[in-house]
Amino acid sequence: MSHAHKMSFWEKYVFSTDHKMIGLQYMFTGIAMAIIGGFFVYVFRMQLAFPGISVPGYGEVTPLAYNSLVTNHGTIMIFWFAMPVLIAAFGNILIPLMIGCDDMVFPRINRLSYQIFLLSALVLVASFFVPNGGFGGAWTAYPPLSAEAAYNATPLGAPMWLIAVALEFVAFLLGGINFITTMMNARAKGMTMYKIPIVLWLIVIASILFMLSVGPLIAGAVMLLFDQLLGTHFYNPGGGGDPLLWQHLFWFFGHPEVYVVLLPAMGIVADIMAVFARKKLFGYRTILYSVFATGILSFVVWAHHQFIAGIDPRMANLFTVTTLLISIPIAELCFVYIATLYGGSITFNTPMLWAISFMVEFLIGGVTGIFLGASGADIYFHDTYFVVAHFHYTFVPIAIIGFYAGITYWFPKIFGKMLDDKLGRIHFWGTIIPFNFIFIPLFVLGTAGQHRRIFNYEYFQDLALAEFYNLRVIATVSLLVMIAFQFVFVYNFVKSLRKKEKAPKNPWNANTLEWTADSPPPHGNWPELPVVYRGPYEYSHPDRESDWWPQHEPGPDPADPDYQSPSQNPQTT
Amino acid sequence: MTTSSEDPTGSETRRPLVPSSVLGMIIFVLTEMMFFGALISAFLIIKSGNIMWPPPDQPRLPISLTAVNTMFLVASGVCVYFSNKAFAARSDSWAKKQLGIAIALALVFVGIQSYEWVRMLGHGLTMRSSTYGSFFYMIIGCHALHVFAALTFLIRIYLKFETVALKPSSYWGVQVFWYFVVGVWPVLYYLVYLS
Repeated sequence: MSHAHKMSFWEKYVFSTDHKMIGLQYMFTGIAMAIIGGFFVYVFRMQLAFPGISVPGYGEVTPLAYNSLVTNHGTIMIFWFAMPVLIAAFGNILIPLMIGCDDMVFPRINRLSYQIFLLSALVLVASFFVPNGGFGGAWTAYPPLSAEAAYNATPLGAPMWLIAVALEFVAFLLGGINFITTMMNARAKGMTMYKIPIVLWLIVIASILFMLSVGPLIAGAVMLLFDQLLGTHFYNPGGGGDPLLWQHLFWFFGHPEVYVVLLPAMGIVADIMAVFARKKLFGYRTILYSVFATGILSFVVWAHHQFIAGIDPRMANLFTVTTLLISIPIAELCFVYIATLYGGSITFNTPMLWAISFMVEFLIGGVTGIFLGASGADIYFHDTYFVVAHFHYTFVPIAIIGFYAGITYWFPKIFGKMLDDKLGRIHFWGTIIPFNFIFIPLFVLGTAGQHRRIFNYEYFQDLALAEFYNLRVIATVSLLVMIAFQFVFVYNFVKSLRKKEKAPKNPWNANTLEWTADSPPPHGNWPELPVVYRGPYEYSHPDRESDWWPQHEPGPDPADPDYQSPSQNPQTT
Repeated sequence: MTTSSEDPTGSETRRPLVPSSVLGMIIFVLTEMMFFGALISAFLIIKSGNIMWPPPDQPRLPISLTAVNTMFLVASGVCVYFSNKAFAARSDSWAKKQLGIAIALALVFVGIQSYEWVRMLGHGLTMRSSTYGSFFYMIIGCHALHVFAALTFLIRIYLKFETVALKPSSYWGVQVFWYFVVGVWPVLYYLVYLS
């Protein structure tokens, strides 16, 4: 470390205002929460496949505990793993490094953001240990189940869950302000709008979506909290309220939220694909405009979650149309990525495998979404395991594959060591194959009519058939295999960190600015801030001998209309 | 939106179009607008679901007193505007005086509001008496919290006027927030009190 004064442990790791350290704090907190969420899924999947057994490491699952496990698995994986890792961690680490500045614009607000986030995580974890356990009203927290302690049976867990969620949103609100302002105001010289790497655009657009959608949820959460604690009747029809109101407020946030976590993962994948296909990203502006369209449309699709909640069928028709419309820009993104790969000289290393598998798996999630978006089909599919499988085919690629793609790609920059590629591939195949074996059976079960949020299928004759149990056991065993393979990653992570040899500055020959900083970058990132001369994806340019053309290297910009190719005019250099 | 983006070898300093503190505050205010927008739309949905609104057994809101009170808040916003003009013209003492008046007017607003609340509670309009009461205290209470937060900022700026050099951008950031708090009030007054 090159900075002048030596910082104490607390200054450096706990109360740091350095964007990279805050990013790592977010990442490790997110991973810790994911381990809790992963443990929960292990417990309730065991209960589903082998009802009534004493789950090793947990014990027998009661119905109340089952509800709490399912609820908090969903909450943790979306709010305390996908969001902090994909947006907060990668955003914090990458934004200043890729736009070429020394830190976020508001470093102290950034630190405050993490501290509030940590507090929210602690409140949530604490809620598992209060009498009657954590909240069990499903992660969507529909009233009256969530509003009345008599129904959800968790008088303490429910408000704590809600407070934790609200605190977490305050944390991301502060982070989002920082991200947007930093990208607008702190870019390096020469970094114009269309020279910003796609991953940053997508993280910032995700932040904008989050900022615009979170207000209604915070308003709804405060009203729900008042219903729980003060006895108001915002959501109680008996007292003049309306339970559907919560669903509208929740999903007005909830649906853009899907894109809030999707977009950063899509951006990570775009950058990785361009680097390892050694090709210019196909249609930079197409991606950008598709994402703008996605962002706008994501605000008018929310009621497709409520097709059977009693909304007006004419409104359901409208939301079917918008829901099918939003698949167009997302499909466009997929085609652009395929076009980027087409004709490239692809290196199949760990980050690239994750990136390609993201596309493949996410596509299954997207296509099955069409069935659910059609209001007619949704009447049958609603709240079945088809829905569960569908959104896991979107969220697992986003959160888990997106995270692994990003961490394996930027690991040398963040930690200054190289990850082992062979172990990485073992981990990759050991995750991807069981993942499909978990959720394809769930599609089948859902199509056969198996409803979700049922503690024990023994109680339902139609669902307690042997064929169904076979599929449930396949899913659960695959889950165990998938969890077991995560230890390969942990081993690889620790082993690589303890390696002696340091990673080179730019192991992938990538163009973007973060690879010009030391690995890991010191406090302040560069002794002198870089200057940008061209776009981030000038790979295999015909006028260059090497197949990459870094953004910071002085020289002409091939995207400039005045650019003269040396091959056309050999006189110019 | 840096001006230096035109010319990579241009001036050393970046000059953003909008200072960071102002931009950050504008983004925050947009979120706040969505927050109040949600509260208002929830209120309107509940209202449209009731045949009699306000519910016949609930006390009426003090329309005229609040109209006067609205004037105080708007006047406070205008004073901050003039304070900023004086500040830009580098007449700091005049700017400080204007800001002082603005703070005083805002305090009058808070005082009258508290007086109203005490009276309303006495008349039996509470958070639990009806959804009418719930929404009234919810929406107006959220606004009141914003007034308190903004007042804290304004007082901090006021105290900074003489001791330390006040950065114009941080004053502008606070102003953006205050204009939002002032500007949203007539909307709330119209929707909650008048309809």
